[in-house]
Amino acid sequence: MTHPTHTSPSIWQRHQVFEKNSILLVIGILVAISIGGLVEVLPLFYLKSTIEKVDGIRPLTPLELAGRDIYVREGCYLCHSQMIRPLRDEVERYGHYSLAAESMYDHPFQWGSKRNGPDLARVGGKYSDDWHRDHLRNPRSVVPASIMPGYPWLEKNLLDFAHIGDNMSVLAIEGVPYTPEMIASAVSDVKTQGSADDAATPAFAKRYPKAISRDLGGNNGKLTEADALIAYLQLLGTQVDFKLYDDKANIR
Amino acid sequence: MDGIAPKKLTIGEIGLSVIMAGLAVFAIFVAAKAWTPEYAFHAYLFAAAAVAAVFAIANRYLSRPAITPQEIDGKPNYNFGPVKFATLAAMFWGIAGFTVGLYIALELAWPIFNLDLPWTSFGRLRPLHTSAVIFAFGGNVLLATSFYVVQRTCRARLAGDLAPWFVILGYNFFIVIAGTGYLLGITQGKEYAEPEWYSDSWLTIVWVTYLLVFLGTLWKRKEPHIYVANWFYLAFIVTIAVLHLGNNAAIPVSLFSSKSYIVWSGVQDAMIQWWYGHNAVGFFLTAGFLAIVYYFIPKRAERPVYSYRLSIIHFWALIFMYIWAGPHHLHYTALPDWAQTLGMTFSIMLWMPSWGGMINGLMTLSGAWDKLRTDPVLRMMVVSVAFYGMATFEGPVMSIKSVNSLSHYTDWGIGHVHSGALGWVAYVSFGAMYCLVPWLWNKREVYSLKLVNWHFWVSTIGIVFYITSMWVAGIMQGLMWRAYTALGFLEYSFVETTEAMHPMYIIRALGGGMFLAGAVIMAYNLYMTIRSPEPVALGNRAALVPGE
Ligand code: HEM
Ligand code: HEM
Repeated sequence: MTHPTHTSPSIWQRHQVFEKNSILLVIGILVAISIGGLVEVLPLFYLKSTIEKVDGIRPLTPLELAGRDIYVREGCYLCHSQMIRPLRDEVERYGHYSLAAESMYDHPFQWGSKRNGPDLARVGGKYSDDWHRDHLRNPRSVVPASIMPGYPWLEKNLLDFAHIGDNMSVLAIEGVPYTPEMIASAVSDVKTQGSADDAATPAFAKRYPKAISRDLGGNNGKLTEADALIAYLQLLGTQVDFKLYDDKANIR
Repeated sequence: MDGIAPKKLTIGEIGLSVIMAGLAVFAIFVAAKAWTPEYAFHAYLFAAAAVAAVFAIANRYLSRPAITPQEIDGKPNYNFGPVKFATLAAMFWGIAGFTVGLYIALELAWPIFNLDLPWTSFGRLRPLHTSAVIFAFGGNVLLATSFYVVQRTCRARLAGDLAPWFVILGYNFFIVIAGTGYLLGITQGKEYAEPEWYSDSWLTIVWVTYLLVFLGTLWKRKEPHIYVANWFYLAFIVTIAVLHLGNNAAIPVSLFSSKSYIVWSGVQDAMIQWWYGHNAVGFFLTAGFLAIVYYFIPKRAERPVYSYRLSIIHFWALIFMYIWAGPHHLHYTALPDWAQTLGMTFSIMLWMPSWGGMINGLMTLSGAWDKLRTDPVLRMMVVSVAFYGMATFEGPVMSIKSVNSLSHYTDWGIGHVHSGALGWVAYVSFGAMYCLVPWLWNKREVYSLKLVNWHFWVSTIGIVFYITSMWVAGIMQGLMWRAYTALGFLEYSFVETTEAMHPMYIIRALGGGMFLAGAVIMAYNLYMTIRSPEPVALGNRAALVPGE
């Protein structure tokens, strides 16, 4: 409007470079879509405040890891979240809101996006092993109005943990602090955790502080997929001691 | 035919046959050493597909002419074989995906439908549903229409000889591997990105080929300008490649195991997942389908696109802003607040370019509104644009943190998804397919416009049942979760809220059943169109092509 002397090309004319050159168009698209992603993702890797500093979080034991693999395999995350939001009703219903630190070893994360069932972030210790066993076999035997599928095959399938050490090696490469010792004793640790009175328990307990061992006949090769899954569920949300946790220190 | 040039195997034919033969041998080797029978099954599928590919190449060689001309009588010799295949595949996968959707809807209403079997349990069928409708149905629609539109608007034959077929068949093979994998429990546990490392790697090869075929065809164009629909297709193809590679970065446990672990973890993985997830919506379910709007609506309405300038602005604004919106899936989670705030801000702004697209689509009808009364195909596409407008208004509202604190984790989200998915994605796809089938098979019109009308009404009522029941369910659930008694205790246990959903789940299933019924009517109509005996002269068609 106020350029009476010379007429520079309008932006519509300038835009024609994209319309006439497919490579420029591809580059333009790449630039446009890169900015937002870079700004939102990259800082999460280097801002120290992203993950709170808390004590007590250890990697999963081999048995719990095997259980988590089953949780993923069966698609539990499609109905159950593992992410308690800091809202009054959620905290009262499920417990302390979830910390980023609590899922820092989760490959992939399992926060979920839909609750066809309740949140499981702190289900550990809430019910007995036997309750879980009944519930997995037939949810309606313990919660009559539940719409959860039954998983009767889990207690029939023997747990295949021959390769669990390989799984842990991959996770170690990805940053989960599994030591070579933990990986080497993975298979025996599964058995140890599944048979409470084994002589190897002290060494196991040292590798995985506060891990709960149970008498599931682990040494007789009788561990089932349900056993592993229950070991995982019983761990969920129990690692951080919230009596000692300082909210204020971690304001983000 | 012969006598001019002797028929020779092309480098492509030889090369691809050798690669496929090698793949077959390799897959059999992997199958023999696989750690689980499920993985061995997949390896054998790869082997069988590779052997079939070698036979198909040989077979094609025997029946093809010595040279495929680029033009016949000065007109482009379009390559519509792959387009036809993808169109039929879309119809097939659509019905399959809707059926599984109906089935899981019944499971939520009556859990007995889970049958106590692994292969039919909700957790394994739900990814089958989402992948079948988004990637199999939607994906084939996008492949078919993009290969059609790029040829027409460039007035050139698709680039590559075997490559287009490799893209279409390779993509559908990926679907088969992914889908059977879910049923067998092979998943990496990321929503909309469930396929494991080997399926993902295969898809990467297919997708890069897709990009090359698309670009190669653009390079052959006779017009100086690249038509606007093709910008959207290009943005879709390029961005999906970037998202796929970023979100699926994983390390397999072994060559002989289907299992891998994603390299990202916890909060970073959550952010990357929803950077991917939201942009699967933005680029797969939106940009690609907007391309369809930009070609098929003007074509069917015989009007030019409403505003060229609006298409430029909303194109760049849309692709720039979408990328930022991912964190609205993570409100109030352990994702840092600054990221949530950014996500919310951009999601609200995203309303603008989204409605820019809607306005451009709807206003293209100015001067032709009367056609809505007489042409049910056009009506379907226009209603789809209206649903697009609705979903992209609802989305920004749900991105506001206080609204999201109620809607997140509930069926409100499911209602939002399906108003976008059924009303927008599926409807614009149906419209495009009703146009494409007569064009591809040289028929004047679909077999019966009356049946299209039936399809429209049955499925529209189905959609209304689906989304209204889910709004009610979602808001009710959200309110019940946060309800307190006078004494300050939570009023409802979780399972009481589940019980309250039951009637809504039945209505949703009913709506889903109607939507499926509409699709079955459509399949019959398309089948009869292809079978019907009245071929039309090509000249008839060419006159209708816009943007050329
Ligand atoms: C007959 C039609 C359909 C029925 C009955 C149906 C049913 C369902 C059901 C029951 C769920 C699970 C909801 C839950 O977990 O609570 C679901 C999820 C989903 N469906 Fe459909 N669906 C249909 C069509 C479609 C179409 C055409 C699309 C996409 C183009 C689609 C995309 C999705 C997506 C993306 C989800 C996951 C939503 C989320 O995680 O929030 N559906 N569908
Ligand atoms: C301006 C555009 C849009 C915005 C800002 C938007 C925003 C949102 C929001 C806030 C959620 C809920 C996230 C949560 O609480 O978990 C959501 C979920 C979803 N939206 Fe949209 N939406 C938009 C358009 C669309 C369209 C057009 C579709 C097309 C099909 C769509 C598909 C979905 C899907 C599939 C989900 C569920 C994801 C999941 O949780 O699994 N959205 N969207």
